[in-house]
Amino acid sequence: MASTYALVSSQTLASSAASVTFSAIPSTYTDLVLKMSTRVNAAQGVDNLWLTFNGVSGTSYSSTWLYAPTTSPTSSSQTSDAYIRLTAATVADNAIANLFSNDEIYIPSYVASQYKPISSSTAPEANNANNNRLVNAGLFSSTAAISSINITSQAGGSFMVYSSFYLYGISNA
Amino acid sequence: MATTYDKIATTTLGSAAASITFSSIAASWTDLRLVLVASVDTYSPGWIRFNSDSGNNYSFTNLDGNGSYASSSQYSLYSKIVAGKRSLQISSNWTFYTLDIFSYTGSTYKTSLLSESADVNGYGDASVQVNLWQSTSAITSINLLLSGTANYAAGTTATLYGIKAA
Repeated sequence: MASTYALVSSQTLASSAASVTFSAIPSTYTDLVLKMSTRVNAAQGVDNLWLTFNGVSGTSYSSTWLYAPTTSPTSSSQTSDAYIRLTAATVADNAIANLFSNDEIYIPSYVASQYKPISSSTAPEANNANNNRLVNAGLFSSTAAISSINITSQAGGSFMVYSSFYLYGISNA
Repeated sequence: MATTYDKIATTTLGSAAASITFSSIAASWTDLRLVLVASVDTYSPGWIRFNSDSGNNYSFTNLDGNGSYASSSQYSLYSKIVAGKRSLQISSNWTFYTLDIFSYTGSTYKTSLLSESADVNGYGDASVQVNLWQSTSAITSINLLLSGTANYAAGTTATLYGIKAA
């Protein structure tokens, strides 16, 4: 019997990288799950990550997020955007040492010929005022199967050594 | 390596349906995960019941963000779990949620955690929700229901997975 929950590919950085890409993702599965533990060399407590698919930029993305910093939770959104925004999804390099984020992104029905809903849950707890918990609803307005995923930092920082990225495929066949 | 994450059953609707049911769920796993990608033909919240129990045995607490503001709300003595604070999306827009049901065969009350997202490039919704079913019975069926005359649209997919701790 085929494995229901299988590792598609993983990357653990041995040197810093401006972005991370998973390409040639097979259409073998039903859903994708991307798990990340990251830190970027940007000079702010936490940083946003940007997610794009299939090399598409333009205005094909939108995001709604629920954000819980140390004060009251809040919510915001962005429409017709160039990427899905994972707000406060990673730790920046002025956070405490040895700290990395904890992120999971779920992409259901990634080969279906329909627009692609995305959900993510992130938690870069930084032991200071930059503590954040976020859930995000995203949309990739494309009917094409997702065959590549790119992750970058909004601040333009690079992912630091030991940042890790695991892409899993889930099959309901 | 032992398999710890199994598909139990999946349903992809070929035509509209008022409900989706997973029945005769074996007691072979430790936890369950339900994954739903749904569109409906009329605005309706998604309702969940276990073992067809329609008594006032459910409660849930939701933290929701709609793109403008965040809110939290709690509901007690309900006859079903209302999945997320807002209606499911219509017209080929999709609501996606996962429902993790912990220790579903245990003889204690059943807790579950729902994560729901729906963004349609103009408005959206992201929420997390904790649920309680006050029953000591093992969960053997899950009913996904809608209000009124609403139907799940063709293309809606629901999959139930079992997760083993042993």
